[in-house]
Amino acid sequence: MDARVAPARLRLANISKAYAAVVANRDISLGIGPGEIHALLGENGAGKSTLVKIIYGVVHPDEGGIFWEGDAVAIADPNAARALGIGMVFQHFSLFESLTVAENIALGLGAQESIAALTLRIGEISRRYGLAVEPTRHVHHLSVGERQRVEIVRCLLQSPRLLIMDEPTSVLTPQEAQGLFDVLRRLASEGCSILYISHKLEEIKALCEHATVLRGGRVVGECDPRIASEQQMAEMMIGGALPVAHRPAPAAEGKPCLIVDRLSLPADEPFGTHLRDIAFTLRAGEILGIAGVAGNGQKELLHVLAGERLAPSAAAIRVIDTAAGRLGPTARRRLGLAFIPEERLGRGAVAEFALAENALLTAWQHGGLVRGGLIRFAAVQRYAADIIARFRVVAAGTEARGDSLSGGNMQKFIVGREVGTSPRVLLAAHPTWGVDIGAALAIRQALMDLAAGGAGVLVVSEDLAELFEISDRIAVLSGGRLSPPRRTHDTTVEEVGLLMGGHTAGPAAAMAGVAHAH
Amino acid sequence: MHELEFLLAILVATLRAATPLMLSGFGELITERSGVLNLGVEGMMLVGAVFGFIGAVSTGSLLAGFILAMLAGAALALVFGVLTLSLMANQVATGLALTIFGTGFSALVGVSWVGTPIAGLATAIWPHLSSAPPVLQQLMLLDPVVWVAVLVPFAAHRFIYRSRAGLVLRAVGESHDVAHALGYSVLRIRYLAVMFGGAMSGLAGAYLSLCYTPTWTENMVAGRGWIALALVVFATWKPAWLALGALLFGFVTIAQFQAEGLGIDISPNLLAMLPYLATVVVLVLISRDATRLKLNAPAALGRPFHATA
Repeated sequence: MDARVAPARLRLANISKAYAAVVANRDISLGIGPGEIHALLGENGAGKSTLVKIIYGVVHPDEGGIFWEGDAVAIADPNAARALGIGMVFQHFSLFESLTVAENIALGLGAQESIAALTLRIGEISRRYGLAVEPTRHVHHLSVGERQRVEIVRCLLQSPRLLIMDEPTSVLTPQEAQGLFDVLRRLASEGCSILYISHKLEEIKALCEHATVLRGGRVVGECDPRIASEQQMAEMMIGGALPVAHRPAPAAEGKPCLIVDRLSLPADEPFGTHLRDIAFTLRAGEILGIAGVAGNGQKELLHVLAGERLAPSAAAIRVIDTAAGRLGPTARRRLGLAFIPEERLGRGAVAEFALAENALLTAWQHGGLVRGGLIRFAAVQRYAADIIARFRVVAAGTEARGDSLSGGNMQKFIVGREVGTSPRVLLAAHPTWGVDIGAALAIRQALMDLAAGGAGVLVVSEDLAELFEISDRIAVLSGGRLSPPRRTHDTTVEEVGLLMGGHTAGPAAAMAGVAHAH
Repeated sequence: MHELEFLLAILVATLRAATPLMLSGFGELITERSGVLNLGVEGMMLVGAVFGFIGAVSTGSLLAGFILAMLAGAALALVFGVLTLSLMANQVATGLALTIFGTGFSALVGVSWVGTPIAGLATAIWPHLSSAPPVLQQLMLLDPVVWVAVLVPFAAHRFIYRSRAGLVLRAVGESHDVAHALGYSVLRIRYLAVMFGGAMSGLAGAYLSLCYTPTWTENMVAGRGWIALALVVFATWKPAWLALGALLFGFVTIAQFQAEGLGIDISPNLLAMLPYLATVVVLVLISRDATRLKLNAPAALGRPFHATA
């Protein structure tokens, strides 16, 4: 790479960065040519985010050099990066909810320009690339896909020569992702370089012409993703052979264990989603997957199922044979319902508590952990130690604090804790979100084993590949409405994707605009 | 003619009573829009009042008094800023401490100035005020600080919604993390907003000791700082509503005197309670609509900012 004739648009030479004791980046070198779509591939914690922050000037490297079109540069802050021609679309959008699209874009440009003049330029860019945005709308009204378009337009207004995309498709429907790829290919053909960060291998194969793989803060390999197989790239990422999950033979159709009947619930937050007429039946022994882009009512549905919010009527939710709509979380747990929430620390576990104490938080009703109102600490320690051993949780022991574990290990612990109570119904919210491949496999395997043992499992996830792998049936949550569940064998990713973008006319129409831009 | 005179008197009295609320309220509005909750308004007003008074008496210049008051208010706000922004102390506790400190400190500094006579701003500009005909006298009572208070809402509205600096201010108050990621200096903007709030509170305090009741007495702000704080919430952080609220409370404050003038027989103690009672009632009514409150409140209000990277 470094020996190219023409200077690379961006070249990193031996970049290192350490936080306290943790080395985030070690000796990283890579080069991106003009008009090249370059993939940066790696598991969570591999050092991708740190590297990107260094390029964008948010973090300063301890060692190493950055060369922009052949010249050594020091990027002091994001303004300096933008001045060079580096644009970035963040994974978690950097938009202000209460401001309009035009105001948001003005803030990102950092130049004095009237909102009116800016509005004209936004219209121009948005027509040229088929990125439909309305400058006067408030961001909190926008769908996730629309928000991303705002971010991209904001970058394009600065005529970037390097565009950094940090996990851009994690929040998009498959069709929206296709529209995004078209825009990126067009940008690249106009000479803009693109650094594309992702761990979704199929996307990288479809889009990128060069990939740099990171693991543990180092570059562990480079490849041409158009030629390399997904298997090869995954093994580079995790540094070993890929274990394979297997689904135990499906049991015969079981009895209903969770019945939701015409459940409607207004949102409890200004930017929340109203649930409308949700109805489904979860049977013992099956995994029901609920697909959908975040913000379509997932959080609200999970809260009302777990008992954090009460349903309008007791009959709206039946757990096993009990009308549970008006019962709180503890009463529902007593009926055999367990819940793996989306937020690991804060909802699933307490960051400041030891693992043993965290285990006790939900498992106290089971296995004789509490007797006569007193905690039996030896039993609690054993319970936590069992989870750690069974799920190979990497932790200093049962006394390790919750926030000392990585996201994936904490998630394995929480899954272990819930599975360990032998629930009859398990709700799992985004169980493998932000978890590396190895831990994700272990978690999926645990969910499948639980179902095989006769429990009903409800998985809410944005990861379609995961849902198609483990679910018996799939339903789609969109705009607070749930589509009728369909057998996984009888549906396709495309169908589910259409349902995901379906209900709200705005994004769908805008998406069509993206797709037909050429 | 008599009715008109009476109405004019009410209008002028309302404007004058609303002026300190308007000034300190808008200072706090700007502070809170940047995402910082400073509960020390009462303390900063008291310090402004005493330093304004001392400055004016010792230099013989009211202008010097006002300038000193604003500097004193800003200095106290700077202390708050260092504690809460740089050292990340709890904003609520620090703000309360600021008020307690301001109350005691102003009493200490002002102890030898109690009872010192001074000509108020209106008298200083119009020496013949007391012998002027009634209508003219009312107009003369509208001194320059009142006019500043009348203009402040318009200026604040233009600043917050029309200027780039105002946009950045709102952005920082909405999400400091995003603002930081975009390259804005969150702490610098917050320091400026906090100090502006302090200066405005200082000015409001000096208005009380140099114009409204030209004298210094201990604890003379008498809870107006707290009302100004409540008004910002009452207004859901919107300038137009804040102006309206300040006028309304100004009117309620003077209602007791007017009632006496009209010969209505209500205990003056009850009437003196009115502004505070009205504050409680209005806050309860506002808080009922949680959605509206959430939509307009600066989302980062009161949250400390750690630059993670």
